[in-house]
Amino acid sequence: MPRKKTTFSKDTKFAELLTDDRRLLQLLPRFGIGLGFGDRSVDQVCQLNNVNTELFLMICEIYSDNNFKPGQYELQHIDMSDLLAYLKSSHLYYLDERFPHIEEHLQRIIDACGQKYGPMLRHFYDEYKQEVMRHIKYYEEEVVFPYIEALLSEQRTDSYKIDEFEHNHTNIQDVLDDMMNILLKYLPGDILPKERIEISYDIMELSDDLNRHSIIEERILIPCVESLEVTL
Amino acid sequence: MRSRVIICEASELITIGLVEIIDGMAQFDVVARLDNPEHLSEKILATDANFVIINPTLLGCFSRDFLSQLGKECPQVTVIALVTTCVDYSMLTPYSGIIEINDTKSKIISKMNEFARGEATKNTDDVELSKRETDVLVAVAKGMMNKEIADQMNISIHTVISHRKNITRKTGIKSVSGLTVYALLNNLIDEKDLI
Repeated sequence: MPRKKTTFSKDTKFAELLTDDRRLLQLLPRFGIGLGFGDRSVDQVCQLNNVNTELFLMICEIYSDNNFKPGQYELQHIDMSDLLAYLKSSHLYYLDERFPHIEEHLQRIIDACGQKYGPMLRHFYDEYKQEVMRHIKYYEEEVVFPYIEALLSEQRTDSYKIDEFEHNHTNIQDVLDDMMNILLKYLPGDILPKERIEISYDIMELSDDLNRHSIIEERILIPCVESLEVTL
Repeated sequence: MRSRVIICEASELITIGLVEIIDGMAQFDVVARLDNPEHLSEKILATDANFVIINPTLLGCFSRDFLSQLGKECPQVTVIALVTTCVDYSMLTPYSGIIEINDTKSKIISKMNEFARGEATKNTDDVELSKRETDVLVAVAKGMMNKEIADQMNISIHTVISHRKNITRKTGIKSVSGLTVYALLNNLIDEKDLI
């Protein structure tokens, strides 16, 4: 159901953000914001860490307000290179931390499954991982982002246009949901139940995180790039 | 039995037009009109509605979350998207059907009839896969395309797609690779079938 709209401002105490919505904690490493911020305000903490306060607040809104709709203000005032830096650091967080973490748990489950189910679970995960890598690493990072960077430095290229953007995060999320159904509903109950419950939490978190990530890309990044394409 | 419909749309002009068409159909009653989704679930429970026709733009970016929550609170309700602006069609997958601003009156009527039929079958079947669905599942798991499955089973592609929708609804699994794992776990196929 729609949540009450939480509006964070520059002067909110930084610590208050985190008590208001603990999911915002996971954003700190991506922005390079360290702990030990004491009683400083959001703006003070962002400035200390060289973070764009407006962008930070907007992303906090997206993570904590399920009804967030980016308005003209957001679309006109977002610093594109800061946004790109954020998206890249989110990608690193997924690829270098979240997926390996899930894979580590999964490997234990795969080992416990033995010859009967182990290899197919491994195969399922490997195929999925390839798809994630293909989309995030070989497509977004190697095609889309360099294209946007070229636009930002006012170089025109005809090799790519943003309206070709692949909306692939839905697939990535669907397979994660499938993985959860398999782990909870369909694998025989006696295979590492505790481990499976634990990994399910991680998968749910990641699925929600990817959902918000794709909203940032589709509702903010792409419209911004479209208007850049027009002005160049 | 008549179906009860709630329309959730911000534009009064569009709401009035849609009410006119749907109320004119024998098997539908429009039981409520809302201009925002804030009290939608309470309204559904209060009126025991079977259908919600809602403009996806009212749900912002999180229609997926909203709809899955709604599905939990009101599992009997079928949600149809009322598309009045340019939207990304991949956002519409969680909806059971789509009505578009440019649809003619007769098109809307035939769509509503189809949704009503879909709803009737939804309530009669249970979570078990039927024999036909199991056959389709096995074929999908083996990597066959919809067209190949239709040819092999002598049914239309449309029927294959509707079996696949039911399979996903019953198992909760959407991807082909997930369905393959499901089929293996349930001994419907053998690993040897896969290569």
